Amino acid sequence: MSIVLENVSKRFDNDPETLTDISAEIQTGEFFVIVGPSGSGKSTLLRMIAGLGSISGGEIKINGRVVNDLAPKDRKLSMVFQSYALYPFLNVWNNVAFGLNARKIAKVDIKDRVAKALDMVGLTEFKDRKPRELSGGQRQRVALARAVADDSNICLMDEPLSNLDAQLRIKMRQEIYNLQRKLGLTLIYVTHDQVEAMTMADHIMVLNDRQVQQIGTPSEIYQEPANEFVAQFFGTPQINLLPAVKTAGSQTSLDITADFALNLNQTIPATEVKVGIRPNDLTIADSSELNANAVVDNIEYLGDETIVYATLNSGTAVRVLVDGQANFRSYQPVQIGASGKVMLFDSKGQRLHLTKEAMSYA
Amino acid sequence: MLKNVAEPEPESLDVTPTTPKAKSRTKVFALNAKDKYYALLFLGPSVLLLALFVFYPMIKTLYISLFLTSGLGKTTVFAGLGNYVRLLTSADYLNSLGVTLIYVFAVTILTIALGLLLAHLASETLPGIGIFRTLFSATMGVSVSVAAIFWLFIFNPSTGFLSLLSNWLHLPVINWLTQPNTAMVAVVITTVWMNLGFTFLILLGAIQSVPTSLYEAASVAGAKPGYQFFHITIPMISPTLFFVSIITLIGSFKSFGLIDLITKGGPTNATNMLVYRIYKDAFYSGNFAQASAESIILTVIIALFTLLQFKILERRVNY
Repeated sequence: MSIVLENVSKRFDNDPETLTDISAEIQTGEFFVIVGPSGSGKSTLLRMIAGLGSISGGEIKINGRVVNDLAPKDRKLSMVFQSYALYPFLNVWNNVAFGLNARKIAKVDIKDRVAKALDMVGLTEFKDRKPRELSGGQRQRVALARAVADDSNICLMDEPLSNLDAQLRIKMRQEIYNLQRKLGLTLIYVTHDQVEAMTMADHIMVLNDRQVQQIGTPSEIYQEPANEFVAQFFGTPQINLLPAVKTAGSQTSLDITADFALNLNQTIPATEVKVGIRPNDLTIADSSELNANAVVDNIEYLGDETIVYATLNSGTAVRVLVDGQANFRSYQPVQIGASGKVMLFDSKGQRLHLTKEAMSYA
Repeated sequence: MLKNVAEPEPESLDVTPTTPKAKSRTKVFALNAKDKYYALLFLGPSVLLLALFVFYPMIKTLYISLFLTSGLGKTTVFAGLGNYVRLLTSADYLNSLGVTLIYVFAVTILTIALGLLLAHLASETLPGIGIFRTLFSATMGVSVSVAAIFWLFIFNPSTGFLSLLSNWLHLPVINWLTQPNTAMVAVVITTVWMNLGFTFLILLGAIQSVPTSLYEAASVAGAKPGYQFFHITIPMISPTLFFVSIITLIGSFKSFGLIDLITKGGPTNATNMLVYRIYKDAFYSGNFAQASAESIILTVIIALFTLLQFKILERRVNY
């Protein structure tokens, strides 16, 4: 067990909002992503692990040792900042060597490690440049090289890609992933981007409102979200959440916003629920005006797929993902139904687990 | 520079102007008639004021310094560089030059060192730190005359604070202002005290503008606070340090008010700084030619020091 968080909490002096009861176990060599919207407390949590923010309650253990009162420099970890935190007056080489010099490591060792780190991120020929003479991506790589040269097995990254443009972000995402795998780093990575979380993580911790919503593998998070928030946070386009009530006189059937019914083939535990259906699990078909239960608002053509935005007769907006070849147009009357994969959430947004795969009927 | 980038990446954040400086400069001057008219209109008043109160006196001073003058300041006989030669061979003037240099360097070094120390201490975010920030910068609001009187009280041999302190500690009482060495120390202390408010405030601003992530990255990487101060704070604020040192250096070369009010150049010329000397030569002795020559020499000295500092600035503060 590399890093253990036990009921970690954080209270700010003049702030009623707190980070409460965060618990997690992060294995050695794991790519662990903390994801959540801004204000969810994810950076606060990372800074507490780094030792840059104090811990109000609970324990943080690194390699079995409680580090709550340990200074950052004694925690033996490296960190990559959102702003890269490069020293503008030092060239690339000295930026990478900064921490090693500060710790008075033997000159020969420093030379060796810096050279290796720069080589690993492909910046050897830029070693004499100042940060201002580098592009955004190169600066990012200097920050990575600094973490690599540090030789600590644990690395923390705080939104390292958020200052890059979309294309470069994808490229650097892969570089970070490869680096982590190659060096066997235990990497704790904070991001607000669900795609980054899904694509890189071994395990994801979803934070919202300063509380852990769920911890799991990317597929668990996507397939089995613990609550409404997690279901909505992952997946583009966003999951459809449709208010539904149990059909009168039935234990196994739901009326979804009076527009279509769903037979779940099992006893439904609550009268009022929300039904979560991913856009690709909704069905949509052209329909005569008389049979239609929805009208198309607009469509987004993405190439091999198309997102259809429609409004059900009851006024609920839905998103449906269809094949790129499908031909829908605005104001077209359509028939919307579900194909079978649905999730139920109770009125508080918590997931209601179903015993069997739902059967559905539109 | 950027031109040498072997593999220019499209995401480059640095936008360097591709047009050379000279080109944009010609652009500024390529004004049409109407713009020219407005340009002159707006520049006119300041050009007029500068010409009247800066350029004309400067040229006039240079002119007078090449002549001998009557007691009323009228030029009489052309002396060429005679005034300069006489000054630079006079032990009295060289003494003034010497004490001025000692004073200037002592003041500049102490002001920067103390200002930096106070700014570093006050940059911590602690409860009540605002009180210290206000106190440390308070001398900015004190006028020279008030400061002089305040320090005269402190240095007063019979009733001054320093004498009382010496008595209490059973140390010999120093008559600060009547001995050459201590008079210099007294003047330096007073000037540093006067300078400290401004220097402190400017350096505090510079220290506070250093991104905290630099310190955080350093502390995670294992750098101790002392190392961070010398390897992050100092280089990051070096442009400001150089700015403050130039300002302080020029300011102390021009010191007049405190000297006049505290020592009047004495005792035995121990604090007879260049500017005070110019004042006495011109307005007490009526030797306007010599005073003019002294002014020109002082101007050249300040210009040389400033030039030197800019050279260093170019080389050292480049990020």
